[in-house]
Amino acid sequence: MSNVADSTASNDATLDGHHGDAHHDDHHDHIPKGISRWLLTTNHKDIGTLYLWFAFIMFLVGGAMAMVIRAELFQPGMQIVDPNFFNQMTTVHGLIMVFGAVMPAFTGLANWLIPMMIGAPDMALPRMNNWSFWILPFAFLILLSSLFMEGGGPSFGWTFYAPLSTTYSNDSTGLFVFSVHIMGISSIMGAINVIVTIFNMRAPGMTWMKMPLFVWTWLITAFLLIAVMPVLAGAVTMVLTDKYFGTSFFDAAGGGDPVMFQHIFWFFGHPEVYIMILPAFGIISQIIPTFSRKPLFGYASMVYATASIALLSFIVWAHHMFTTGMPYQAEIFFMVATMLISVPTGVKVFNWVATMWRGSMTFEIPMMFAIAFVVLFTIGGLSGLMLAITPVDFQYHDTYFVVAHFHYVLVTGAVFSIMAAVYYWLPKWTGKMFDITLAKWHFWCSLISVNVLFFPMHFVGLAGMPRRIPDYALQFADFNKWISIGGFAFGLSQLIFLALLIKACRKQGEPVSDQVWDGAEGLEWEIPSPAPYHTFDTPPVVK
Amino acid sequence: MQQEYERYYVPAQSIWPIVGAVALFLIAVGAGNLVVEISKNSEGYGGYVLMVGLAILIFMVVGWFRDQINESMSGLYSAQLGRSYRQAMMWFIFSEVMFFAAFFGALFYARMIAVPWLGGSSNNAMTNAVLWPGFEAMWPLLTTPDGTTTTQMKWSGLPAINTAILLVSSVTLHYAHTGLEQNKRKQLTAMLGFTILLGCIFLALQVYEYIHAYRDLGLTLQSGVYGNTFFMLTGFHGMHVTLGTVILIVLFFRVLKGHFTPKEHFAFQAGAWYWHFVDVVWVMLFIFVYIL
Repeated sequence: MSNVADSTASNDATLDGHHGDAHHDDHHDHIPKGISRWLLTTNHKDIGTLYLWFAFIMFLVGGAMAMVIRAELFQPGMQIVDPNFFNQMTTVHGLIMVFGAVMPAFTGLANWLIPMMIGAPDMALPRMNNWSFWILPFAFLILLSSLFMEGGGPSFGWTFYAPLSTTYSNDSTGLFVFSVHIMGISSIMGAINVIVTIFNMRAPGMTWMKMPLFVWTWLITAFLLIAVMPVLAGAVTMVLTDKYFGTSFFDAAGGGDPVMFQHIFWFFGHPEVYIMILPAFGIISQIIPTFSRKPLFGYASMVYATASIALLSFIVWAHHMFTTGMPYQAEIFFMVATMLISVPTGVKVFNWVATMWRGSMTFEIPMMFAIAFVVLFTIGGLSGLMLAITPVDFQYHDTYFVVAHFHYVLVTGAVFSIMAAVYYWLPKWTGKMFDITLAKWHFWCSLISVNVLFFPMHFVGLAGMPRRIPDYALQFADFNKWISIGGFAFGLSQLIFLALLIKACRKQGEPVSDQVWDGAEGLEWEIPSPAPYHTFDTPPVVK
Repeated sequence: MQQEYERYYVPAQSIWPIVGAVALFLIAVGAGNLVVEISKNSEGYGGYVLMVGLAILIFMVVGWFRDQINESMSGLYSAQLGRSYRQAMMWFIFSEVMFFAAFFGALFYARMIAVPWLGGSSNNAMTNAVLWPGFEAMWPLLTTPDGTTTTQMKWSGLPAINTAILLVSSVTLHYAHTGLEQNKRKQLTAMLGFTILLGCIFLALQVYEYIHAYRDLGLTLQSGVYGNTFFMLTGFHGMHVTLGTVILIVLFFRVLKGHFTPKEHFAFQAGAWYWHFVDVVWVMLFIFVYIL
């Protein structure tokens, strides 16, 4: 209760401060100390830092689960974990990486960068911003602690298909449902904050078509989030009532249909995968021009391509369900709609390459990650095109080929872009250059190991190895051994990143200039390094 | 869009977000345990944790809103901040639209695809003949494939009266709003009070209808996909009407205290938007759940 009194007191102080200007300025340069700074903060930079550290910790936790999976699959036969626990690992690994690592990392970047990029003093709704963040650690505390319940945690895959999540699931399902609910609340509030900030807080002269692409892609991502997170809430609610309250949405005996679950889930799920890649497109579109020392090729087409991808993402969901026995007219529609997405995506890849064309390129760490992104994400995009072809998807469906595909787009796509972004903006955040030697080790170790990890999955997948199975036929043994070795190496490589980040947060390293990177353009590079606690109290004028 | 650029109000530290996060944590843990306890008929602490969480949530909302109101009344806010709040409310309502869309989607899928397929249409003749012999597709689904039977809820009678009540309540709330804008405080209080009364009557009639459905019609949440969609859609709508009524009651007391001016009344506007949204959802419900 004393805290409540304190906060009222500090609010009164602010109220007073408004009437006397001296007080007001006083409050602005004061950085709160201790744990309450992080618990009670309304500062977009603090909240961005919280999101990013939370995402990285979740990345390591989810990664540890992937290590368990790869250890079990190192050899054929059952050796380390029992199948039920293996299923919990695949499920919670997926949930954590999607909702705990990639999405919060992008939200953290949005928090740090969007106000600085558009010349705003903070996010539009700073208190709600803090609420969005602090829901997440609690949500994942629930999810992770459910692993220790009697009967274990969720084991039905991150897609929680009915009837696996209804008839055949264990008692942790209730906790799973409600933890997904509060994650959704967090995401929706975060997205509303981003949209309102971009609509309402741009500095004078920051017109729509002058906005940095990271801001554009996040605007569209936020729209997708608000549109589909409530649908996920609806899906988990129906799972809850089917399991505990005797409804039969997903049970044919009562007139429902388990396939209906897949329709509802993937109506959320497909825009969700673009939620995890559009901000990555934005990041790469910021980095490549800087290190090519050229403006982005085809800025307007990048904006329209992003919007097209987002709109198309609402009409392609059933390409995840080609083998469920839909009428073939539907299969053809979803196949063609899916293939259409490769057009705007191709525009993007073309523009990135055209930006580099004849640029005076240098290869600093963020650029190395960005180039790796362009190449490896394109591999993931092309395998996606293969999966979109209905007849051949009948062969690929639920094999390791699918696992290879979405790990190329999510690990070497989304995660590499997040790493590129951290390397790119970290000197602006801390005011010091990170340890470049460690960064080079991190890059090369990650690049090599990630391909040893995921590329052979294409082969075992095409040969028919099913996903989400703890044991496999003997002919897959050699490939799986190498996949596991790549996996362990990739996991260990991230510890280099951890060491680098700890050094950076302790402010070790050479001081950097305000611009940091020769060739970097945009409002965030015009403010001092490290970025002051409060920026743009009065908006800058953008010419 | 012409924008002014006053100094934007960035609040100092606040206790309420973390209190709200703890509240949601307790609600999630409590509810997650409670559903298991109910389904197993076992004793547990889930219900208590849920209650504590809800209590903290209410405490948080009251405290947070009190801070907001104090800040607003002391003139800290600007037109730009007002736009932030209005836009945020519109996007929040859009997210609610999508939440209902999921359940309407389930209704349409069940009705147009799942039930006909179980009855053998499209390429599913064998599904019907082998898995559910004798099942006939119909809507409302009064006999499910496993033989559960129920009765249809007629649209005439109570649902039609409730539709009229909600539509009238939207009109009265609109007149309350114009009263506020033209500074006719009597019209404002009278019309707002009348809207609250209509909301309460609607809720009472919904409760009566639910009792009627369970007791006389044998239409329950467990009556196959017709009962599922009926109770989930009307139930979530009823929860929203309840919340909307609470919002209007809070607004009513703020009006009595002399809050809101003809120009600045974001809270009133947001509450009114919410009420109109809930009204539109009901019209969709009335058409797609009751009539068609």
